[in-house]
Amino acid sequence: MMRAEAGDLQHSIAPDMRDTDLAPEVLDRQLERVWGTPATLWGILATVDHKRIGRRYVATAFIFLAMGGVLALLMRLQLAGPERRLIGPDRYNQIFTMHGANMMFLFAVPVMEAIAVYLVPLMVGTRNIAFPRLNAFSYWIYLAGGVLLWVAFALDMGPDIGWFAYVPLSGPQYGSGKRADIWAQMITFTEIAALAVAVELVVTVLKQRAPGMSLDRVPLFVWAMLVTSFCVIMAMPAIMVASTSLILDRLVGTHFYNPAEGGDVLLWQHLFWFFGHPEVYIIFLPAVGMISGILPTFARRPIFGYLPLVLALIATGILAFGLWVHHMFATGLPRLGESFFTASSMAIAIPNGVQIFCWLATLALGRPVLAAPLLFVLAFFFTFIIGGLSGVMVASVPLDTQVHDTYFVVAHFHYVLIGGAVFPLMGAIYYWFPKLTGRMMSERVGRVVCGLVFVGFNLTFFPMHILGLQGMPRRIYTYQPDMPWGGLNLFVSLSSCLLAAGFLIFFIDIMRCMRWGLPAGDNPWNAATLEWATTSPPRSYNFARIPVVSSANPLWDEPELLVSSGLRVERRELVISTVAAAVPEARDASPANSIWPFFAAIATTGMLISSIFTPWAVVWGSLPVMVTLIGWFWPKSTPEDQA
Amino acid sequence: MTSILQKPRMAFDLSELPLHGKRSASLTWWGTLGFMLIEGSGFALVLAVYLYLASIATEWPLGAPPPDLLPGTIVTAVLLLSLIPNMLVSRWARQEDLRKVRIGMIVMALLGIAPLVPRAFEFSALNVLWDSNAYGSITWTLLGLHTTHLITDLIDTLVLSALMFTRHGRNPRRFGDVQDNAMYWNFVVLTWLPIYASLYGIPRL
Repeated sequence: MMRAEAGDLQHSIAPDMRDTDLAPEVLDRQLERVWGTPATLWGILATVDHKRIGRRYVATAFIFLAMGGVLALLMRLQLAGPERRLIGPDRYNQIFTMHGANMMFLFAVPVMEAIAVYLVPLMVGTRNIAFPRLNAFSYWIYLAGGVLLWVAFALDMGPDIGWFAYVPLSGPQYGSGKRADIWAQMITFTEIAALAVAVELVVTVLKQRAPGMSLDRVPLFVWAMLVTSFCVIMAMPAIMVASTSLILDRLVGTHFYNPAEGGDVLLWQHLFWFFGHPEVYIIFLPAVGMISGILPTFARRPIFGYLPLVLALIATGILAFGLWVHHMFATGLPRLGESFFTASSMAIAIPNGVQIFCWLATLALGRPVLAAPLLFVLAFFFTFIIGGLSGVMVASVPLDTQVHDTYFVVAHFHYVLIGGAVFPLMGAIYYWFPKLTGRMMSERVGRVVCGLVFVGFNLTFFPMHILGLQGMPRRIYTYQPDMPWGGLNLFVSLSSCLLAAGFLIFFIDIMRCMRWGLPAGDNPWNAATLEWATTSPPRSYNFARIPVVSSANPLWDEPELLVSSGLRVERRELVISTVAAAVPEARDASPANSIWPFFAAIATTGMLISSIFTPWAVVWGSLPVMVTLIGWFWPKSTPEDQA
Repeated sequence: MTSILQKPRMAFDLSELPLHGKRSASLTWWGTLGFMLIEGSGFALVLAVYLYLASIATEWPLGAPPPDLLPGTIVTAVLLLSLIPNMLVSRWARQEDLRKVRIGMIVMALLGIAPLVPRAFEFSALNVLWDSNAYGSITWTLLGLHTTHLITDLIDTLVLSALMFTRHGRNPRRFGDVQDNAMYWNFVVLTWLPIYASLYGIPRL
């Protein structure tokens, strides 16, 4: 279809035309014809451009962040004083469940993968992500899962079982109606989406790197996403096994979690946290990569300790799978097991410490420029270290038993998640916004946002440590006036307005600067990595000629970036290179735009939602899925299918 | 690798590279490995659940005799035998011998259908229902999961066989698909072996 629209130039392009001798403007025009997405409804639904899909993914995740933030404000309004009657207990249960599930499954993991979908192909110097149609499918499935959760909430069918949905509360005995099933099936949607992106990223990083980008020259954000993707691949099946077996218990009467028939409720916690703890690092490792990407640019020197940083990423990714039981210290497990998991929980502080010291050394040895992205990184240092310290505290069994299920834990995980991931994420938005939009964000507003969010965050969440130590349990919809919690709760609620104001200004600044920001140019920060070697925003084909890399900081170390030639220009073609040394080994085709992933996502959505209500939906619902998948994979006689 | 570096300012010429890499030079091969890793993790976890439930039970199997061996053993034998033609198809695809690949794909499609027949009897040979107790739940889930695995790969094989009889068949890309499909079938067979050992062996310990 693209070919028919390609117009008259098509006729003058020979079937095996190469880019070698083409003038730059002719090359640009021809590549745009082959790689571009038409501005039609079909184009919007059928595009497989990783940048369009990445932008969509990021925007959708931020909308979910804002919606989850509104829920948080509602909870703070309710808890501002004792015995307030704004929200009833049933709605409150739905709200805190929605807040957690939304933030973890619809915001935190997707936004990190979304930024990687946008940046990784640019950073490794290729023209599209591996399996671009799977990428399109992933976005639609993610969107469907998010819509399912929020529509259910609007219909008073929102899950009310906590974001980790412990049985027996979520089982058939106590969780009546379809609320728990909505939670479980939302998991299926988001995990399919996340797993798809993980496979795309692994293959993109391993096989599509620019010639010469050997493993020791891979940008640290790309390393972080490689490790994260492997964590996703190993961890997410656990939550799919858990949520599927929960649906089976609820729908067809299996007994996985029914102790009366040989099942076990702690089995749920093992399965959930075998996923849930790596999940923390699935969110944190990309943030680590962002920091390692931002720091050198503003410290004006290469990162200190590239190799230790890579090893720390890998070590964290491996250790992440040996910690899950520290979420279960209060369940009465054998002492030896508890000791083991205390030790492993403390051991993960070692690679994280190595990272922190490498970053501090980078700053100390450089000439830091205190621009907005770096300010967010500094805010990260302060906040994440507090979260890490309270983490070491709750890793010890006696202390954990005392503060389990209190606001101390709420404070701890918001310090590590917001401090550890959201601050670097906001820094990353300020840093990469010029690449995405071609315009700068406001430096002045950026400082105000950073200040408001940093102060607002600490004033909101630090007192929660004290509330927890004073015994305030999490997930209560109100408390009595004779409890000594009223004053601090009011303080926390007022502080949360400061935090919310910071986010509001952040969102307004994004909207404003997308249209009226100052033009950025290709490399506004004078950064070193390949995403800055192309236009802002990049053209549909990313690079007119694939760069050739001979250093870890190509734009700093090479006076003039070398490029390669010899690719065909009348089909989507990119370079496949070897895993370790990135020596080119093939010029493979990259799939063209297709509407089939969209149809496949609709068919899959129909099957998954129907199967909440009847198990037979899995049988008849898989027929449309099969048809759309065949449509997707059947060759279309395009030049891309030639070999 | 160093040749790139030793010629400063010289553009790197890609024009002589093949249009489609084979095996580890093909993206599909890596993607297939990725999905095998996902599914392998899933199977390992479900087996872990089986062992976990067995470890906390006072008796195993719970309230049922051990499963009958015959249907499951026939499935295992058919699957193991199917590895031989599977390897052959993969070799013919590597040699890009379209005629042999077409015959081989038909054989593999039939060998994809064959284990489903004893598999249908295998469920009742478990001697327990999914809603009887946790033992029934996990055995049905393990068997159901692997049956889904068999069926999805069968559909994949059928579509690919049909494709090999069209004008799209004579294409190195298709031969690569056939090799990846063969690799995936090896995976389907290999994942069955620990499941077979657990389903039929552990209740007899």
